[in-house]
Amino acid sequence: MILKVSSLEAHYDGVQALRGVDLEVGAGEMVALIGPNGAGKSTLLNCLSGLVAHRGEIVFDGRPLARMAPHRISRLGLLQVPEGRQMLSGMSVYENLVLGRLALSGRNETYDLSDIFRLFPVLEERRNQQAGTLSGGQQQMLAIGRALMGSPRMLLLDEPSLGLAPVIVKGLFHALRSLNESGMTILLVEQNARLALAVSQRAYILERGRVAHHGRSREIASNSEVIEHYLAV
Amino acid sequence: MMLQQILNGIASGAVYALFALGFSLIFGVQRILNLAHGGVFMAGAFVSFYAVDTGVPFPLAILLAMVVAGLVSVLIDLIAIQPLRRRSHDIEYAAIVSTLGIDMMLISVAQQVSNTQVLRFPFGTFPIQFFTIFGLRISLLQLVIFAAVIVLTGGLGWYLNKTSFGRQIRAVAENPSTASLLGVSPSAVYLQTFFIAGALAGLTGVLIGLSFNSIHFLMGEPYMLKAFVVVVIGGLGSLTGAVAASLLLGVLQALAVAYLPTGVPDMLIFAILFLVLLVQPNGLFGAAGMAARVGRK
Repeated sequence: MILKVSSLEAHYDGVQALRGVDLEVGAGEMVALIGPNGAGKSTLLNCLSGLVAHRGEIVFDGRPLARMAPHRISRLGLLQVPEGRQMLSGMSVYENLVLGRLALSGRNETYDLSDIFRLFPVLEERRNQQAGTLSGGQQQMLAIGRALMGSPRMLLLDEPSLGLAPVIVKGLFHALRSLNESGMTILLVEQNARLALAVSQRAYILERGRVAHHGRSREIASNSEVIEHYLAV
Repeated sequence: MMLQQILNGIASGAVYALFALGFSLIFGVQRILNLAHGGVFMAGAFVSFYAVDTGVPFPLAILLAMVVAGLVSVLIDLIAIQPLRRRSHDIEYAAIVSTLGIDMMLISVAQQVSNTQVLRFPFGTFPIQFFTIFGLRISLLQLVIFAAVIVLTGGLGWYLNKTSFGRQIRAVAENPSTASLLGVSPSAVYLQTFFIAGALAGLTGVLIGLSFNSIHFLMGEPYMLKAFVVVVIGGLGSLTGAVAASLLLGVLQALAVAYLPTGVPDMLIFAILFLVLLVQPNGLFGAAGMAARVGRK
């Protein structure tokens, strides 16, 4: 297991957002974390990244992450692509990508600029454009590309499909799947459960701060009771 | 005569610019008003005076003043800002109070050290020399000031826009938590910006101390007030704005002093501040994004 989370509890804005979550991700896996709005999915990712104070244990690659500062966690190679992309919108595409390289901090580079441009050719066309002027889909590609520049050993993706047109989402998830097939470990938080179950191998359903259900994605996707009970739109 | 006044105005505006740049940089990156910036400026002047007084060569004394002022500024971040930041994300008002406290401490220490005296550099510390160019009289000190401002603002622009450290500073200015997800340490960036701002303030202190040949424990306060005006007119956080507004202010003030009755110049400056706030509340160079950010709070 590259990531092991046990009895994780966290408060967000004074409300208890996580009430004892256990979760594991194996190396090379793509695991989906789904559940209704406010279930605590983003809070969980932000605990992993060190942005939200928490109790319980998080072990990444045999190393406990307790009280580690966010930038140190990123430098270990546990990299988050935050919700809403969070571009550094005043900076160019190129500058955003180069900043991503900071997380390397001595680790070997697994993706360089040309790899990112091969994965997302549109970023090369726009390399000198300000990130804030990109379309939503392009910003999402940039956010993922920027994280890849830090040679992640595991990627945390927070709602990558948020606010994007279906055709863009399709292309994006195709890219995520090929990343995973090339060996990248991914923890994917998604509101779009069907999509998330289609690309991942395993899934956790989070409800009101607890893991309500977990198992193989294919089985969950075909279990109409689970779908209806937890994910009815 | 008028051109001469404009030249003198640009020279004093250039000095305001050095001071305001640091103040604006800290605001741009940390979103706090560092009210101890005037104290750091005064500390720089004091360090250079005592260094010269004990026989340190003047160029070295300037360097020493910049380094010490930079370190004092870093201490302000460590003592008065970072502890607040650990407790809350919203420290705008708390930081005003804590930096004001530090400013008072710096002033009190300086008052003790100098025995409430006005200090003057020994004669000959800096050669008093004038050149005449196109009928305008310009002093060696003014030339040095111009050179320093051009080199330092240019250098700061280059540092912020072309180096990895600069990219990190800009990333933190835009969004500290996103920056930290990329592996940038916001606290390291904060220390760095405080050092740069402090060193610039220290240099300004020396230049002002030299221009008026007067160094005293309260010398920072009027500059703090001017920096406020400059930074608001230029647009909080905008470095180009800070420089442009400083030069504008310097020239206006020089002309007003020359052609208008006593007391009017200050009135004029604050009237302009009032007008800018009325018509263009983000300042002449204020970014729209900044307004959105302030508005959200």
